[in-house]
Amino acid sequence: MLQITEGSMAVAEAVRLCRPQVVSAYPITPQTHIVEALAEMVANGKLDADYITVESEFSALSACIGASAAGSRTYSATTSQGLALMYEVCFNVAGMRLPIVMTIANRAMGAPLSIWNDQQDSISLRDSGWLQFYAEDNQEATDLHYIAYKVAENQKVLLPAMVCFDGFILSHTYEPVDMLSQEEADKYLPKFTPKERLDAADPVSFGMYATPEYYLEFRYETDKALKDAKSVIKAAGAEFGKMFGRDYSAMVEGYQLEDAETVIVAIGSLCGTVKDTIDEMRAEGKKVGLLKIRVFRPFPTEDVAKALKGAKRVAVLDKNISLGAKGATALEVKDALYGSSIPVYDYIIGLGGRDVRKKDIRDVVALAEQGKGNQFIGLRKEVL
Amino acid sequence: MALAVGCRARPGKARDNKTGSWRVFKPIFDHNLCSKCGTCQVICPEGCITEDKEGFFDPDYAYCKGCGMCSEECPKKAIEMKQEEK
Repeated sequence: MLQITEGSMAVAEAVRLCRPQVVSAYPITPQTHIVEALAEMVANGKLDADYITVESEFSALSACIGASAAGSRTYSATTSQGLALMYEVCFNVAGMRLPIVMTIANRAMGAPLSIWNDQQDSISLRDSGWLQFYAEDNQEATDLHYIAYKVAENQKVLLPAMVCFDGFILSHTYEPVDMLSQEEADKYLPKFTPKERLDAADPVSFGMYATPEYYLEFRYETDKALKDAKSVIKAAGAEFGKMFGRDYSAMVEGYQLEDAETVIVAIGSLCGTVKDTIDEMRAEGKKVGLLKIRVFRPFPTEDVAKALKGAKRVAVLDKNISLGAKGATALEVKDALYGSSIPVYDYIIGLGGRDVRKKDIRDVVALAEQGKGNQFIGLRKEVL
Repeated sequence: MALAVGCRARPGKARDNKTGSWRVFKPIFDHNLCSKCGTCQVICPEGCITEDKEGFFDPDYAYCKGCGMCSEECPKKAIEMKQEEK
């Protein structure tokens, strides 16, 4: 049913429909509305779950580890400094192969303190072994939660998943969202039934110690599970499309890509602005297209290479920066296109809540056409 | 030993970690000097020293990490630490 709702409320409702048995989270802007809504649902009996209140994000995700290992479908949400405080726990969750789903309302990292949006927080955890989904709008943000649980709990995968959506830009924006019914959600996402769980009658420990003779192999297997997740993501996205009409089988999505000479690569809500700009530029006769990356981990290297093979030039937008190097997406796209003659230009854009306007996208296209990359867009040179 | 997903383990699994591979110096027990006092067994942090039928003591080299505490504490200097070539 179509509802006009705030992004955070839509996500909270989707999470409720996924029937998590344990929720543990610590409120932090701009994620707060999600966990407030879930706490209210639990208190009012709308969600049959244990809501564990904790004193920090580190404890929140640690509580989720215990709950997930005990066999519960488990949920958390955070952002920015909160996610950074979970850093150690994130690696543990992945290494223990626990299918926890966590929403990230993307926000910049301090210092300087910023509560506004970019994607530095979750991108910085790209190496932790979590699946990472990025939503363009609130419809996608809600739908990706069902898919995230479905993929994470698949026996071939058994890895945690972050569903990332841009803080404020999506989390605090009202949009029409088509919400599943409980029956539909249950049909798509059956009960979580782990093969192995913490049980006092049949003791087992999770995430034990591995000597140098075994550690390398454990890392190999976790990496393999993340790479094997590609086919599981595609199948889960296709099944969702078949059941509800919104197809998420592609890990990357093209817009006006077929004959595009300049292809912009972007992640998250930025894609909406890029699409509007493309519509205007197409009307003016400019052959511009977009490749949206929905899944960042596992990175769809082959899909990106295939989608970009007809491009004359590629312009990658990053709302993050690996300081001292480049934006994370640019590095991945360059890797995907290694050996081809297609030039890839990289741009850092919209950090710390800086608005990205259609004019900025036009600037990017113009710079790419001139063969100029490797720069920040919209720098206010007068304050430097 | 095949890997368990998520490095999960049943109780008692630590026995599979043969910590003897960590050893650099190997304690050599000389029964001719030994007074059978048992200090080495009490002091061993790995708990890998056992008493035989005659009352002599010997370490289980599969687990002995070569810390040298038995050698240091032996009142009869009956335990010599020798560098091990692997």
